[in-house]
Amino acid sequence: MASTARLELVNIVKQYPGCRANDGVHLRVAAGEIHALLGENGAGKSTLMKVIYGVVQPDEGSVIWNGTPTLIRGPRHARDIGVGMVFQHFSLFETLTVAENIALSLPASEARNTRKLETRIREVSTRYGMALDPRRHVSNLSIGERQRVEIVRCLIQQSALLILDEPTSVLTPQEVQILFRTLRQLSAEGCSILFISHKLQEVRDLCHTATVMRGGKVTGSCVPSEVSVDDIARMMVGSDTPLSTQATPSRPGDVLLSVRQLSHATTDPFGTRLDAIDMELRAGEIVGIAGVAGNGQDELLRALSGERRSEVGRLFIDGKDIGQAGPAQRRQAGVAIVPEERLGRGAVPGMSLVANTLLTAYGRGLVKRGWVRSAKVREYTARIRERFDVRSASIDSTAASLSGGNLQKFIIGREALQQPRLMVASHPTWGVDVGSAVAIHEALIQLRDQGATVLLISEDLDELYQLCDRIGALCGGRLSPLVPTSELGIEQLEQWMAGEFPRSDTPELAAEVIHAVA
Amino acid sequence: MDTLLITNILAATIIAGTPLLLVALGELVCERSGVLNLGQEGMMLMGAVMGFIAAVTSGSLAVGVLVAILAGIVMSLLFALMAVTLAANQYAAGLALTIFGTGLSAFIGSSYVGQSISGFPKIAIPYLSDIPVLGPVLFRQDLLVYLSLLLFVLAFIFLRYTRGGLILRAVGESPEAANANGMRVLAVRYLAVAFGGGMAGLAGAYLSLAYTPMWTENMTSGRGWIALALVVFATWKPERVLLGAYLFGAASILHLVLQGLGWRSSTELLAMLPYIVTIAVLVLLSCNPARTRLNTPLSIGQPYRPSK
Repeated sequence: MASTARLELVNIVKQYPGCRANDGVHLRVAAGEIHALLGENGAGKSTLMKVIYGVVQPDEGSVIWNGTPTLIRGPRHARDIGVGMVFQHFSLFETLTVAENIALSLPASEARNTRKLETRIREVSTRYGMALDPRRHVSNLSIGERQRVEIVRCLIQQSALLILDEPTSVLTPQEVQILFRTLRQLSAEGCSILFISHKLQEVRDLCHTATVMRGGKVTGSCVPSEVSVDDIARMMVGSDTPLSTQATPSRPGDVLLSVRQLSHATTDPFGTRLDAIDMELRAGEIVGIAGVAGNGQDELLRALSGERRSEVGRLFIDGKDIGQAGPAQRRQAGVAIVPEERLGRGAVPGMSLVANTLLTAYGRGLVKRGWVRSAKVREYTARIRERFDVRSASIDSTAASLSGGNLQKFIIGREALQQPRLMVASHPTWGVDVGSAVAIHEALIQLRDQGATVLLISEDLDELYQLCDRIGALCGGRLSPLVPTSELGIEQLEQWMAGEFPRSDTPELAAEVIHAVA
Repeated sequence: MDTLLITNILAATIIAGTPLLLVALGELVCERSGVLNLGQEGMMLMGAVMGFIAAVTSGSLAVGVLVAILAGIVMSLLFALMAVTLAANQYAAGLALTIFGTGLSAFIGSSYVGQSISGFPKIAIPYLSDIPVLGPVLFRQDLLVYLSLLLFVLAFIFLRYTRGGLILRAVGESPEAANANGMRVLAVRYLAVAFGGGMAGLAGAYLSLAYTPMWTENMTSGRGWIALALVVFATWKPERVLLGAYLFGAASILHLVLQGLGWRSSTELLAMLPYIVTIAVLVLLSCNPARTRLNTPLSIGQPYRPSK
């Protein structure tokens, strides 16, 4: 390690109202080092990054850049001194082209000549193995390509420190490999990398050193390749939280939901059309659908929830056609939906938990002849809060005031207590801490054991393999066959996620394919 | 109808469409930065009255125009203080501005009602104005009409081809991302709002110094509101704003012509014509959601508060 670090943080303190986001954080990143920053949601990683990138100013402590104490005044200043940032929710403008996006973050003198900039983008992207067409609109790019735009932008600015905020959570496994190759190449050339992630295996594969945070403090550091994944997880969650659940084998019953040749054109210019989806889900099983976001997951959820109606002859519950039924009628038929967006679609941000309970559970004796039975709603809400360990100040707290994990536990609990026959959950543990994720997984398994069907749409392969009885992948609006999890290797699933699966135009053919794979 | 009549109608169309073009271009730029200013009517009225007073007292039309633009900018900065700096609700702040401007302009202008001045003269551009039909329509107009066309071309180029335009669009699409890229969101929004104010002031001056060179209370008669609708239905594209403005101009001239031809029975209905025709055509043009989305400033109406 060099004598002066590229970046050193000394005793960083950042106090927000009601929360000490950073509490005396020390961090040291050497030149050319790939340094992992690990921690649960709310551990203070994001705040720390904002400090480094100049978005917020720390209350105490100092940032030492290449040996000089530096006050980073703002993102532009951070960029000027050589800090590059790849955001988790990308900071790109969808309606602009790749070149325009990159031009916006360069000094005017370098950005003026569009043709020269385009050539430079092509050069840099080829050199680091990340193909990019500078003339395409960002709205037409895949998530992986968008990330490349952000990285190439930093490279063109010749950043000496690259910060990546959970960069792999949105990528396919192949894309992750490409990204890692690029990062190693950069590291070899002397660029420092601060890699923020939840995924411990990746950190072990890639990073030279790791710093673990919990509750705003640094709780440990290690050389990831020398310790086990469980050791790192322990540092992240503390000693009293179980690290995972194990599902018991299922006993599937009769077919509950059948989907036959469901196709939907998209109305959203940035959406995906569903293309002849076929599936049969049985009572008492968890079926997982893998795939990179934006491949039709949201469209599928809308088709199942009734937000989007289908033609006659496409969707059946217990053999009854529900294609024309709206969300309320489907709810009556026992369909529960946990959408990906917790705030805004799963819950109303500005309303209390009590009011949010009423939103979907009104059918459970909470409303009588148009009058809300206030005592019952409160009792029901209190039951959700208790059974699913929702940590909130009270049942009158607003949905927006809960952390992501707690709100998700509330939403899952609200749906689960209604004893649905079909639960469709989209990315239920996305951005949720390990403890809440375990609770959510347990709730889903419990539902299954009670005889409900669970359809789990997720990008997290570990989660899918851990929970699902059958598994498949969605790519470009097409659904692969759904086969027993134990019979589908992860490499095969990855290929399916990339769209390399046999087209199953007829149910008979699908059955053959499943047979062949099995 | 003979050629002369058609030529006259077309020339009048341009004139009637010009104030709308000016105010709508300003609002378009303002909205592209993500700020919706419902105060157009108030700013226009202040521009009209201040411009008229300045022209009367100084005897110079140029001074009148400059004062009108300044009045519009001052009004818009008041709005920016509330809606940008203090991050107040843009809708409420804009409505307040219109109500304020309407009342204040009536108060200031009360002693000038009924006075008249000689407005901007027509200037014929040599050679070009001799082209049949097109010449008199486009090249025998007053200075402000030429200025409005120049401003249209500049706004078009600015939005499409310059870095400044790129930054403006970026801020309007996602102020958070723009901030993360080191752009000064609030400064951009201030400039855009001020440009909108200046243009509204100029549009007001056109009414009181060229279109009908005098001051009457509420002389904008809803053009500020039409401009707001125009910008939305023009899907934030300057070329469509131009089209919509002249369409409005044509329809408002048409109703005068129809009255002249003896359609006296329903004057009130005819007077509605320009408003209905303009909105109807633009609604039809903008009903393709896929194409609209590429131009819509996504953050419109949302105050931006930089994190501390």
